[in-house]
Amino acid sequence: MTTSDGRATSERGRHQPGPEGSALRAEVDVARGAFHLHVTIDLEPGEIVAVVGPNGAGKSSLLRVLAGLDPLDAGRIVLGDRVLDDADTDTWVPAARRRVGLVFQDYRLFGHRSVLDNVAFGPRAAGLSRVEARRLAGEWLERLGIAELADRRPGGLSGGQAQRVALARALVTEPQLLLLDEPLSALDVDVRAQVRLELAGHLREVGTTTLVVTHDTADAQILAGRAIRLEGGRVVAPPTGTSSPTDRVVS
Amino acid sequence: MTRAHRPPDAPPTARRVHAGGSTGRGTRRAARARVQGRFPVVLWIPAALGAVLLVLPLAALVVRAPWGALVGILADPGTRSALVLSLGTATAATLVSTALGVPLALVLARAHLPGSRLLRTLVTVPVVLPPVVGGVALLLAYGRTGTVGQYLELWFGLSIPFTTVAVVLAQTFVAMPFLVLALDGALATVDDSLAEAAATLGATRLHIFLHVTLPTLAPSLLAGAVLCWARALGEFGATITFAGNFPGSTQTMPLAVYLALQSDPDAAVALSLVLLAVAVLVLALLRDRWIRGAVR
Repeated sequence: MTTSDGRATSERGRHQPGPEGSALRAEVDVARGAFHLHVTIDLEPGEIVAVVGPNGAGKSSLLRVLAGLDPLDAGRIVLGDRVLDDADTDTWVPAARRRVGLVFQDYRLFGHRSVLDNVAFGPRAAGLSRVEARRLAGEWLERLGIAELADRRPGGLSGGQAQRVALARALVTEPQLLLLDEPLSALDVDVRAQVRLELAGHLREVGTTTLVVTHDTADAQILAGRAIRLEGGRVVAPPTGTSSPTDRVVS
Repeated sequence: MTRAHRPPDAPPTARRVHAGGSTGRGTRRAARARVQGRFPVVLWIPAALGAVLLVLPLAALVVRAPWGALVGILADPGTRSALVLSLGTATAATLVSTALGVPLALVLARAHLPGSRLLRTLVTVPVVLPPVVGGVALLLAYGRTGTVGQYLELWFGLSIPFTTVAVVLAQTFVAMPFLVLALDGALATVDDSLAEAAATLGATRLHIFLHVTLPTLAPSLLAGAVLCWARALGEFGATITFAGNFPGSTQTMPLAVYLALQSDPDAAVALSLVLLAVAVLVLALLRDRWIRGAVR
């Protein structure tokens, strides 16, 4: 039941496995009017998993409850050894204390701050001094190959650049779980393939447990080790024709 | 490729739309000219009268100003003390309005209180209330026998009316709603997406407010504060009713202008000129924000 491909396994080697060998276990039940999202997700440490599905499948709702922007209606979310949300026991860890990074589809960079200060925002919020936060932010810009953008304003960035700034801004907070919401959908078609490859490289190099939401199977194939297909709020059989390994999702 | 599969009526439709677009500019210009031609000429007369009504008095003020004696008048100790008092109290009133008005606007916009609509209306009343009535109301609240004032006197030996504090209080009463309304309008349009992003980065609510929400509100806050300051600087009715007219402690510029008009008209004109200059400066600072803020 828990088959995993070699790529994911080698990535996992860099990470400290959690107590139960699971990085994220989420039983998600969310009702939004007529729409009902019901899905169980299990991620191993360091694993990169794609959630694929058409618009309205509940992908964004899933990310929002995992990030702590919306509450569960039923079920529970356990990250490492911490319970983040449990509808039965009324446990609720707010977004700010979850250590779950989220790269939004529209990136949501702070327009009034430089790229460096966008990335330094998290460390500053965590109480680091301005100098320390900027040093840390600079390191991440370096690591993602965008050090030369440090003094720029988000308004003047290309889509690919903005995406990497958003990624750096999330990663600098050292999240235990990284969520990417349609990371490539805001990009022009001609740069998409290139940015996709670079993003795949960065995600593998960083090694953070990652859930990436996309409507594009090509994104899923290149970015993730395996894919979960979501339709109408439920997990369905993995998309045919993808190289994704056996679905480990219980639904 | 897909064109071949389109229904047969599709291409003509597209062509018609395109043709309309190519000649549209010329047609539109002609239409605009026609519309302007249709503008009723009769309206020019009241419109011109309206403009004259507003501009002429200001022009008269500038024309009749005692330009030669201006420096001397403004250097007069009495004038200077009124000017200094006005600038000081208006600034103090703006600071108080900011310190209390920003949280008030936030509560009105965000806290979803049960009576927030009623509260918003009550807070807005001083904008439309005749300032003299505001002064009377302040007297009834903080006067020596007022609902609050009698206890201030009894317990702390404090008496507010006819002091500089009363000036600041009267100005705050009249001017703070302008700041609250400017911010309230801006807050209604702030969306939560950046606050959400900040929360996922580990920021507390206070940190988000100070470092994400407040910077996006800064232009509106500035506009509201300038408007508030200008209104406080021009305050007359509430001030003279509640604070009186004591040179040095409660006689602000507008009061000095009114008084000088009887004894020394040249001084009154000179002081008026200063207030006019300040008003023009405020408008220049606010520029188009004035219009937008007023519309909200």
